[in-house]
Amino acid sequence: MLANRKLILAHFWLAFAVFGVALTLGAWQMFIRSPIGTWLSNPELYYRSLTAHGTVMGYVFPTLVAMGFGYAISESALKQRLVGVRWAWAGFWLIVAGSIMAIIPIALGRASVLYTFYPPLIGNVFYYLGVVLVVVGSWIWVALMSINLRLWRKAHPGAPVPLAMFANVAGSYLWAWTAVGAALELLLQIIPVAAGLKTTIDAGLARVFFSWTLHAIVYFWLMPTYIAYYTIVPRAIGGRVYSDTMARISFTLFLVVAMPIGMHHTFADPQVGAGFKFIHSAFTALVALPTLLTVFTICASVEIAARLRGGRGMFGWIRALPWDNPMMLALAFSFVMLGFGGAGGLINMSYQLDASIHNTQWITGHFHLIFGGAIVIMYFAIAYDLWPHLTGRELLDLRLIRIQLWLWFVGMMVTTFPWHWVGILGMPRRMAYFDFGDPAIAPQALSVTLSAIGGFILLASGILFLVILARGMRAPQADAGPYCFAVAVHEPATVPVALNTHALWVALMIGLTVTNYGYPILTLALNEGTSVPAVYVGAQ
Amino acid sequence: MSARDLFTFRNRHFRAAVGVTAAILIVTVIGGFIVLPFAQPWVQFANAWDAICSAAGLPQRTAIVAAPEQTGRLSEVVLTSSTLSRSSQEAIGRGATLAQRCAICHGPTGISRADSPNLAGQYSAVIYKELHDFRSGARTNAVMSPFAVNLTDQEIADLSNYYAYLPRLPAYHPTPQLPKPNIVIYGAPMRGIAPCGSCHGSLDNKIGSPWLEGQSEAYMKAQLQAFASGERRNDISQQMRNIARAMTPQEIEQAAAYYASQPADVVKAVD
Ligand code: HEC
Ligand code: HEC
Ligand code: HEM
Ligand SMILES: [Cu+2]
Repeated sequence: MLANRKLILAHFWLAFAVFGVALTLGAWQMFIRSPIGTWLSNPELYYRSLTAHGTVMGYVFPTLVAMGFGYAISESALKQRLVGVRWAWAGFWLIVAGSIMAIIPIALGRASVLYTFYPPLIGNVFYYLGVVLVVVGSWIWVALMSINLRLWRKAHPGAPVPLAMFANVAGSYLWAWTAVGAALELLLQIIPVAAGLKTTIDAGLARVFFSWTLHAIVYFWLMPTYIAYYTIVPRAIGGRVYSDTMARISFTLFLVVAMPIGMHHTFADPQVGAGFKFIHSAFTALVALPTLLTVFTICASVEIAARLRGGRGMFGWIRALPWDNPMMLALAFSFVMLGFGGAGGLINMSYQLDASIHNTQWITGHFHLIFGGAIVIMYFAIAYDLWPHLTGRELLDLRLIRIQLWLWFVGMMVTTFPWHWVGILGMPRRMAYFDFGDPAIAPQALSVTLSAIGGFILLASGILFLVILARGMRAPQADAGPYCFAVAVHEPATVPVALNTHALWVALMIGLTVTNYGYPILTLALNEGTSVPAVYVGAQ
Repeated sequence: MSARDLFTFRNRHFRAAVGVTAAILIVTVIGGFIVLPFAQPWVQFANAWDAICSAAGLPQRTAIVAAPEQTGRLSEVVLTSSTLSRSSQEAIGRGATLAQRCAICHGPTGISRADSPNLAGQYSAVIYKELHDFRSGARTNAVMSPFAVNLTDQEIADLSNYYAYLPRLPAYHPTPQLPKPNIVIYGAPMRGIAPCGSCHGSLDNKIGSPWLEGQSEAYMKAQLQAFASGERRNDISQQMRNIARAMTPQEIEQAAAYYASQPADVVKAVD
């Protein structure tokens, strides 16, 4: 059993509890703006819900999962006592406090600004302060991961850092740096206005700061999933990691190329020069590289498992895989969703094609497929894998787990495919009401209804997930043994210093941020007369 | 092995990583700042520096396209949520005195019996903005404009505070008699029209949008038609013109009739 199980369980339970609430809101949103719901007559309620759903799903839930998983990795991969447990608890409570502080103004309708903040729209200052607290809490985790790795290095000079910890720390550094964009936006621009010290805001600059955060935060969400691909799945299905080096290269590439590409979110913004949009777009193309490497390496690792189990032939080995193993199932579903989502992403990243789907439901369909689908299904898998080591009890009902994963996969397909489709037809996102009686959009009614049904399937799956975890807390006791990670075909005896440390990649990440963001931010900040009056939520 | 062994060009990983990154950066910079700007046949650049500045997004004055000639004045009023947010008893008192000049048309209680607009309980920012616009000529009306041209800034602020202080007509929509028109309740999402109440006060008030409940039907109809035809053009960023242009004549009738509904006792009290 893990020594810090209380700490880790607290993170996971809080993560999954808020996930359950936000999931319910998501299903409600889907329903209420579909033809089967009746219109509320008050769009404000929709935006309240949307702000809560986005804030929880985007900031609170994945951050808590990454933190809980990170503590588990630090303890079990490094095989040393976690240093700074008190600080870890402080970080946790900061997140609790921040979440409560943010949710109250949202519930009161004083902060319906959506999770992207939408300046010059300005909500209650406590909403933003709450978000800041959540981020500060997570920065404590970043520091602890770094400190624990440093202590381990001192004790094991020159030894290869275990892959899980290497990746975990890479993810934490990525998060630390990418959160700086939104932090600058909040602290320098939004909070002074929300607190009443200023009445104007440079919305264009704020959007550029937010784009600094918006892309790499996606890779921060993705990190636990990729760590699970490399270090949990092969072990769980009886295989081996095909290449430890390839894995390290993937994680270092994420550090370098996830950051300097955020302006692909501002393709339609006039305040950013076309030259910078091109650079960001070109670097965006590179970010496919680590994902392609990963897909290749994991497929090879899975093949090793199949061949060890007696699989034969060019594709015949696929049948030999342990398909009744929930981890195998989760991985397969995750890859299918990653494939479709990635194909959609190719459209978003190209300047010209993006224009046809910009701000349509295509975008929401896309990120639900990748994030809600490919990424979150592996969060489930991580929880299932860790649970026995956290509770000291076995998860007995594998059938129920398989049903849960199937429901999530099917639900995600039913929800997101029609969601993409109506986006192509031009249905705008972030609208509370659609008059499907209007002949212009009547043909979209069927697709939107399907999406709503998919939403309820997802809700059912989410509830089942919580039930399984809760039942796992009361199952008969069983010792699950030490928590361990997959081993590579060739376990590295030594690793070149570049791939055993993060310094070079962090330096490149910061360097590229300076080259790709420095000039646009400076000109916008120095230009007079680019600010506009703030628009206060609910002001009379 | 330490950072010193890594951050040196003798380390081949360092060489490769920095070299490849720099090469990609240089290629994309050349592509984005030189090749692509010149690849646009419809834009003319004097020289490469011009192209680079344009691609960098440096604000430039290009003399190639002349700005369209402005016909007629536009509103110059800037409204923020702190405009006139504090009113004093003295200001309201001064406003009341000034308002005696206005009573023949707008009614002694701010509720008009002719088809001049009601002013009682109107948002102060609205009165303030409309009076400024009448004074500057951004909004014109043969009957009203003469009363605004000589007002001072102070008088405009006092009048705004005074009228905002008077009790406004409530929303009065007994459902059996008057079915709620879709255009008011839902707007028309596909034509980009938000529900009227999301700006005008019943759901939310966006600064500068007037309270419409109980307003004269003929007046509102005339205003909507004036917005649609472009005859009235003092709305900032065409907020209201964009909406009125997309409304059908029936919808204009319906919305005006809906908002004009007043409780019976108010109608009597004014008579
Ligand atoms: C002779 C009649 C008359 C007098 C006197 C008069 N108004 Fe008006 N007022 C009008 C008319 C008619 C309109 C509508 C103009 C239009 O149709 O564009 C109007 C419009 C307005 C509006 C715009 C209302 C809105 O909802 O957009 C304001 C504010 C206003 N008047 C204030 C005043 C004030 C203050 C005074 C006194 C200083 C005054 N008026 C005196 C006839 C008058
Ligand atoms: C985006 C916000 C917005 C929406 C939605 C909106 N309006 Fe307006 N409306 C305004 C603003 C702002 C003004 C004042 C323009 C000015 O003079 O600056 C205005 C003015 C008006 C006026 C003139 C009132 C007067 O006293 O001068 C009428 C009538 C009107 N709107 C009717 C409607 C109707 C009917 C709808 C729904 C179909 C609607 N509006 C929806 C913002 C809005
Ligand atoms: C794992 C699960 C999920 C995650 C991580 C997630 C995340 C998000 C995020 C970040 C937003 C953006 C909020 C905004 O635009 O301000 C969003 C919007 C939305 N989500 Fe989810 N969501 C999840 C599940 C669901 C489910 C299951 C449903 C439906 C049943 C759903 C329905 C919606 C809807 C309708 C919107 C609003 C789209 C719009 O109007 O633009 N979400 N979600
Ligand atoms: Cu992105």
